Amino acid sequence: MKRAGVVALNTFREAVRDRVLYNLVFFALLMMAVAILVGQISIGIEESVIVSLGLTAISVIGLFIAVFMGVGLVYKEMDKRTLYALLAKPVRRWEFLLGKFGGLLLTLAVNTAAMAAGLYVALYYVKHPLERSDAFVLTAVYLILLKLAMVVAIALLFSCFTSPFLAILFTTGIYIAGLFAQDLRTIQSQTMAHSTAAFLRGLSYLLPNFENFNVMAAVAHGRGVPGTLVLHNTLYAVIYCTIVLVLAAGVFSRRNLK
Amino acid sequence: MTNAAIETENLSKQYPHGFLHLKKKTSLEGLTMQVETGEVFGFLGPNGAGKTTAIKLLMGLIFPDGGTARILGKSISEVAMHQNVGYLPEQPYFYDYLTAAEVLDYFARIHDLAEADRHERVERMLRKVGLETAKKIQLRKFSKGMLQRVGLAQAILHDPQVVILDEPMSGLDPIGRREVRDIILELKREGKTVLFSTHVLSDAEMLCDRVGVIVSGKLRGVGAPEEIVGVKTSGMEILFELAKNDAKAPLLSAATRTGDRYRAHVGEGELYAALEQLRGAGAKILSVSQVKPTLEEYFMHLVEADRAQAAAVEVSGK
Amino acid sequence: MSARSPLAWLVCGVLTLGFAGVWQLQERIDAQRAAMYLERDDLMLRSGKVVQAMSLEYAPLVADLYWTRAVQYYGNKHNAHEANLELLWPLLDVTTTLDPSLTVAYRFGSTFLSEPAPGGAGRPDLAVQLLERGIKANPDYWRFYQDLGFVYYFDLKDYPKASQAFYEGSKHPAAQIWMKVMAAKIAAEGESLETSIFLWKQVYDTATDPALKNNAETHLRSLKVKIDCQQIDALSEEYAKRTGKRPASIRELLQAGMIPGIPLDPMGYPYELGEDGKAEVNLQSPMLEEQLMKNQKQ
Repeated sequence: MKRAGVVALNTFREAVRDRVLYNLVFFALLMMAVAILVGQISIGIEESVIVSLGLTAISVIGLFIAVFMGVGLVYKEMDKRTLYALLAKPVRRWEFLLGKFGGLLLTLAVNTAAMAAGLYVALYYVKHPLERSDAFVLTAVYLILLKLAMVVAIALLFSCFTSPFLAILFTTGIYIAGLFAQDLRTIQSQTMAHSTAAFLRGLSYLLPNFENFNVMAAVAHGRGVPGTLVLHNTLYAVIYCTIVLVLAAGVFSRRNLK
Repeated sequence: MTNAAIETENLSKQYPHGFLHLKKKTSLEGLTMQVETGEVFGFLGPNGAGKTTAIKLLMGLIFPDGGTARILGKSISEVAMHQNVGYLPEQPYFYDYLTAAEVLDYFARIHDLAEADRHERVERMLRKVGLETAKKIQLRKFSKGMLQRVGLAQAILHDPQVVILDEPMSGLDPIGRREVRDIILELKREGKTVLFSTHVLSDAEMLCDRVGVIVSGKLRGVGAPEEIVGVKTSGMEILFELAKNDAKAPLLSAATRTGDRYRAHVGEGELYAALEQLRGAGAKILSVSQVKPTLEEYFMHLVEADRAQAAAVEVSGK
Repeated sequence: MSARSPLAWLVCGVLTLGFAGVWQLQERIDAQRAAMYLERDDLMLRSGKVVQAMSLEYAPLVADLYWTRAVQYYGNKHNAHEANLELLWPLLDVTTTLDPSLTVAYRFGSTFLSEPAPGGAGRPDLAVQLLERGIKANPDYWRFYQDLGFVYYFDLKDYPKASQAFYEGSKHPAAQIWMKVMAAKIAAEGESLETSIFLWKQVYDTATDPALKNNAETHLRSLKVKIDCQQIDALSEEYAKRTGKRPASIRELLQAGMIPGIPLDPMGYPYELGEDGKAEVNLQSPMLEEQLMKNQKQ
């Protein structure tokens, strides 16, 4: 387990030294500035707009990082052969995977925290005293991070056995499908056979339901989110990530390195 | 009770290839061999013979289709086995955003070495492979030779009993090759077991206690370099000088000539007769020596035989 | 990974247990989110023009996405028996701005925008606006005139305008003859049961969208009830003339040989005579609920 931590920290170090990350954070800060500008124009709903825009930016940028860096997590090491020397050491393949996952997650957490801080700065700028209700934004950010963790796990899975291009395609595809998973559950159509409807319903549970983590509507209007929902979502993300990571470990454990 | 540091039994590997991966290409077939503790063993063979495949199988980077292997008594499928084995991959590449010291420290942590120990070892290794001056430079700036040295350093960082090197001399200049040879010899002095693969025969002849020749996935011969080529000589070689170009000397036609010097090959039984001839022709005998087949000839012979067999198989349509 | 290896078993085990857990959690999460009214309803971008600008050359595709959302939105609200359909107009507005030729959006929209709550948004004015846009973009699609006339007739009760709409539509070479007939009839009579039934039947016969069909069927049922009751009342009058007193129950009409059998409402329940002697829907019939809901809006 400790070795997984070593791999994780190294992955984090790689992300930090990879200057792409700095640009994204800068981009996020820029977005916050734009948010303030928008706040100047509209009347009365500045907070709502800043929170919505900010959360959207955090989510979108986080997704970009999760997908684009996630699909390279394993592939890059296999392609560049840095993996050869590493796997010859007394480290299990699943420890390696867990480490890569943890490292990117840590990167995302740090990045997200930075952006959240920027959001609060923007919010403070617009309405000077921050109220208690503004703390709910943190809940939304936390849930976004959970969602990103799931995306990283999925990207990691694909990274184990396909090229980056295909992995990006598949991961993005699953993300979009996951957004509509809830709709699949409630799909009603007279023309559909019962078996099809049942199949779609089952599929909707298997797909990652990313909408679960979206509380922007409430938080943007200063409403809170019940603690049990946060707890359930946390459990959901943990279990789902475990499933995907175990699957990845299974696939990777017997993979012959070229 | 064997004394073998490395032993394999019928190790085989096939690769799917061709359209839709339907055909299978045998990369390694039935490799059975032992490497004794404390010896330097060389895997010899042309490119694509299966040397790297065998080594990757031993290191758990690829999985065998058949057979077993053990290193220091532990099966290759056990992760703990790696604690006592060092590995240098072919054309190594490491995280280019790290410095040499950082890479070695990373690997040291993976080996669970304590902090103080880590620091000391990393410094020692860097000195050993001659990289102390470059230890703070990012690997992306390293030359191939320097990367090879980093590779060597990480292979012996944790003081393993068995060291496996895949083409350790490839891409190095003569100085580099010399340094690697020295390190291998030093490892041998320390009582370590070294297995390395190469296609440079002179290195094998110089360093190895024993060699294993692999051609087309099969182990063709194992033994000390001299043994393998056979003790029997293939004749004698006479080096002589001839003052005048006397066409009468019958040996001349068969000899190779460089300026005034001639080199002639004769069978053992015909040596004295040949010498008489030359005396009669007034030649000055410079030297008479045994001709032993070199490893290279043995090697080429094997490869040719193998190719002929492959061609025959094709022709017969099997 | 061979089938027998412990790793394979571990993976299968984790997958099965994991997804079972996920299933359970998902149900709980769904329930909680529903309780919070946390729908994806917050339509950030309500301006059709803005969305159009952002869609670049993918406007028709984005239109399809918004259309899908509109249908889902309506469906979810309908199933949850919720009356608040305030997002329907913005969704349809954006849809038709992005793809002015998406005829089904106009037809669907006009029906459910104008329909009073809880069946629709109760905004016939927006329905008219939507249809006029549709007519402008698709001048050859005469059915929009049909829908326009529909809205004026049923929801706005503006019979001159209704007649006008049917008349305009009838001018199209492809238009069906009844459009002209309808124009005249409405101009002359205004509202009538016959007209209403005819118009709804038109929708029922030609609609492919299940929601539209269902809606038409609902309306036709209540109209049938009205007609049935009218007929029964007429028979009661007859009976009263013949026997000097009103019938106490429908049975008496049957016994008098005036009807071949007990008349049933569209749900299959027999009609009854109320305290005022007028025909009524059976207390046990689901039609009662439908009627009450209809009466609520008026």
